[in-house]
Amino acid sequence: MAKWLDICGVDDLQPDSGICALIEGEQVAIFSFALRLRSGNAVDCSVSEVDRSVIEVNRSLSGVEGGDTQVYAVGNYDPIGKANVLSRGLICDINGQSVVASPLYKQHFNLQTGVCLEDEAVKIPVYPIRIEKNRVQVSVGAAL
Amino acid sequence: MSVKQTLVVIGNGMVGQHFLASLVESAIKEQYQIITFCEEPRAAYDRVHLSSFFTGTTAKQLSLVEDDFFEQHGITIHLGDKASNIDRDNKTVTSAKGLTISYDKLVLATGSYPFVPPVPGHDRAQCLVYRTIEDLEAMAAAAKVGKVGTVVGGGLLGLEAAKALMDLGLQTHVVEFAPRLMAVQLDDAGGAMLRRKIEDLGVTVHTGKNTSLITDGQQCVNLMCFADGEELETDIVLFSAGIRPRDDIARVCGLEVGQRGGIVIDNQCRTSDPSIYAIGECALWNGMIYGLVAPSYAMARTVVSALAGGSLSFTGADMSTKLKLMGVDVASIGDAHAKTQGAKVYTYQNGDSEVYKRLVVSQDKKQLLGAVLVGDASGYSTLLQYCLNGIELPAYPDALILPHRSDESVGLGPDALPLSAQICSCYDVTKGTICSAIEGGCMTMGALKAETKAATGCGGCSALMKSVLDSELSKQGFEVNTDICEHFAHTRQDLFNLVKVERIKTFADLLRRHGKGIGCEICKPAVANILASQWNDHVLEKDHLGLQDTNDTFLANMQKDGTYSVVPRITGGEISPDMLIALGQVGKKYKLYTKITGGQRVDMFGARVDQLPSIWKELIDAGFESGHAYGKSLRTVKSCVGSTWCRYGVDDSVGLAIELENRYKGLRSPHKIKFGVSGCTRECAEAQGKDVGIIATETGWSLYVCGNGGMKPRHADLFATGLDKPTLIKFIDRFLSFYVRTADRLQRTSVWMENMEGGLDYLKSVVIDDKLGLCGQLEQQMQHVIDTYQCEWLTTIEDESKLKRFRHFVNSDQPDDNVVFVEERGQLRPADESERKHFKLAEMA
Repeated sequence: MAKWLDICGVDDLQPDSGICALIEGEQVAIFSFALRLRSGNAVDCSVSEVDRSVIEVNRSLSGVEGGDTQVYAVGNYDPIGKANVLSRGLICDINGQSVVASPLYKQHFNLQTGVCLEDEAVKIPVYPIRIEKNRVQVSVGAAL
Repeated sequence: MSVKQTLVVIGNGMVGQHFLASLVESAIKEQYQIITFCEEPRAAYDRVHLSSFFTGTTAKQLSLVEDDFFEQHGITIHLGDKASNIDRDNKTVTSAKGLTISYDKLVLATGSYPFVPPVPGHDRAQCLVYRTIEDLEAMAAAAKVGKVGTVVGGGLLGLEAAKALMDLGLQTHVVEFAPRLMAVQLDDAGGAMLRRKIEDLGVTVHTGKNTSLITDGQQCVNLMCFADGEELETDIVLFSAGIRPRDDIARVCGLEVGQRGGIVIDNQCRTSDPSIYAIGECALWNGMIYGLVAPSYAMARTVVSALAGGSLSFTGADMSTKLKLMGVDVASIGDAHAKTQGAKVYTYQNGDSEVYKRLVVSQDKKQLLGAVLVGDASGYSTLLQYCLNGIELPAYPDALILPHRSDESVGLGPDALPLSAQICSCYDVTKGTICSAIEGGCMTMGALKAETKAATGCGGCSALMKSVLDSELSKQGFEVNTDICEHFAHTRQDLFNLVKVERIKTFADLLRRHGKGIGCEICKPAVANILASQWNDHVLEKDHLGLQDTNDTFLANMQKDGTYSVVPRITGGEISPDMLIALGQVGKKYKLYTKITGGQRVDMFGARVDQLPSIWKELIDAGFESGHAYGKSLRTVKSCVGSTWCRYGVDDSVGLAIELENRYKGLRSPHKIKFGVSGCTRECAEAQGKDVGIIATETGWSLYVCGNGGMKPRHADLFATGLDKPTLIKFIDRFLSFYVRTADRLQRTSVWMENMEGGLDYLKSVVIDDKLGLCGQLEQQMQHVIDTYQCEWLTTIEDESKLKRFRHFVNSDQPDDNVVFVEERGQLRPADESERKHFKLAEMA
């Protein structure tokens, strides 16, 4: 069983942007999406079966009480730019995937799988996240 | 190993220089030691644009020679020394200063001299010619004491000279012997139309006048008496009645010359002595002297080929011309006078808009033989291609000169042209060359110009080149996709217009109406930028925050380690000692690395995101405001100290720089914008390397636009001269607003203009002449931005909700432990990776 850690209030989230949390020594970037992909958009059509299960976990864990807010948690460290900056990147959808663009050199990281779109060998950690009673909770024990 | 031969070039005018430039690009240059004589005190300059000397272009700007050209290529130039004699038996050249040099090969590029008719009194005071920069200086001196100027000669050069007299502020007359202006190129009706247009500009034209005497005037220095008994009082008499080849040096040494002058050459440009070549206006080929640049350049290239044992030959040249005379478009192609047997003529005349067009076609109406265009020369390129390539005319040839009032296109599509068709005559670039450059990856007009040089001379072929580019790209299967990204099927300019017309205030609204998905790092900042240009709300408002690039989000510039740099505005680079101290105190307190920027301000590095608000609070308390170094916006207005202190200063450059920086600060634009203001033409502020550059002159401000430094430096273009401050500001308002409206995302002003059809001239017509009727709107758009300016940092530190973001962790006050500094030269800098490891080990120990 994952251990859920209380991080901050829903009010602390920045809509359509990111914040950074320190969770048991790890820097975790948390993004919240207010803008939703509308029906008719292709979603995650390019991810593998393994990734798909991850997405299922992530989906089920998010947006429980947050109404229409979709949240994601990934590592804050940009392995290409080598700095703790990803929470300050822009969030985007590229070919239906929800991604963050690094503010340093603009590589895109899939928020559900952590995989870098420009170099599939590079991956950042992805954490389960949920919203409970207007509180944001993350589990870091077993990074996905 | 062979010893180098000596190649001597007599004359360093446009053609002599083009020969040298072509020669040094060929491998053959290694075989020659090159020596050139230049009679004038300066090396080659652009005689074609000589009249721009009077609208602010300097002798240096007219120069065709890069500063270190001669040294770089090991060419010896004897400036201000005239080659006076050739000894063909001993193969030596002797100069006026007594130098004697042996040659193996000799190239004569002696050019021509202005013909002065042998009228009694032609050598009186203020009787001048128009050919060299010294001539121009004599004209300027004469214009200071006179009021009236008269050009003798109503041809191409004469009308250019008349423009020069107008620019000097003289009451201007043109006297022409023939019954019409431009008698060689135009027919009667075309000449009459040109005359009307030029008279509208205030020039008095006298045709059919034969000057018989020049003598003392009563109100003016000179009185011109004509054969028909009429007289004209004038101070300056400027002879521009044609050119004569300078062949005396060839004549004396026994080379064959033509009956009416000109050194006889063959198809390889060889004279009657096989070691001697002649090129340009001094050369006579097949009984013809070519007084145009393009054929002369072709001769120069022919000689380079001949020296290299190549097979290029000069076989005559098309004398078609298109030019703007005093703002009037005039073009002449081929057999304009319908001298060909059986030629048929079509004419179109529009008295209202003063346009005249004439087509001359073959008897069977299949071939175009010639054309005359006055007032609207837009059809020139198409007609010239028909004529030069023998392309069959449409069934009704007059369709080519009749105005098109519907969407039907009768122009010649680029696909109809053969690969050998010459697109750019200035640099002799064919359609084939352009197509292979496109295949080689040149996908924009800017790239094509850089690669092929086409359209960088007179620019007259740029529209045709653009159509070749578009057609080739689509043929190669490139969809010319100008969509900004996958979320909007629109260009930046489209989005700007949508935002403006539909009064859209948020990204979400624009996305809902015109886009799809949720956006990306391309469209979000671009739209944020457009919204800021149009409505100018604070960039950290709730609706805009998520759109901004990190620099805009934190109003600072992110550096490689995730820390930020801070740049307060220092308008015009002027700062008091107290402010400088305050800046130093903040830097010291927060241990910031401090460096002076190229834009005359101070950049302070190493601020953590959580430190930014307190740093800015202190800066604002000390009187600073945001420098917008983080935005795509106006950065700095660099200035020299100007007339306030400088011994040479002509005007107050610092004062103007501060005024301009305060006016445009905060303006969001497609890319960063930099200004420079210099107080005199010594140009210490390097204004000509900026998007907007201003230089003080005795007659007012000169405005330059579309320059930049960076990876591809570009000299700015002269836009307008002699401006007073209100006019200057009006032009800049319009220029910037038009750029903000129409440029692509991240497109600097230089590339924007280079990709614009019509380029600089078009831009001038929009900004100066209000061709699009848009200037009122453009000024209003700028005024709104100016009226709604706010210091983004002041607004931010006063708003608790905006400050919430300025912390590294949402749930902890700790700073980022990955930010590690080491000391270097007395300041901090980010640790590199090996230092970082060392630091971690030390920490663990």
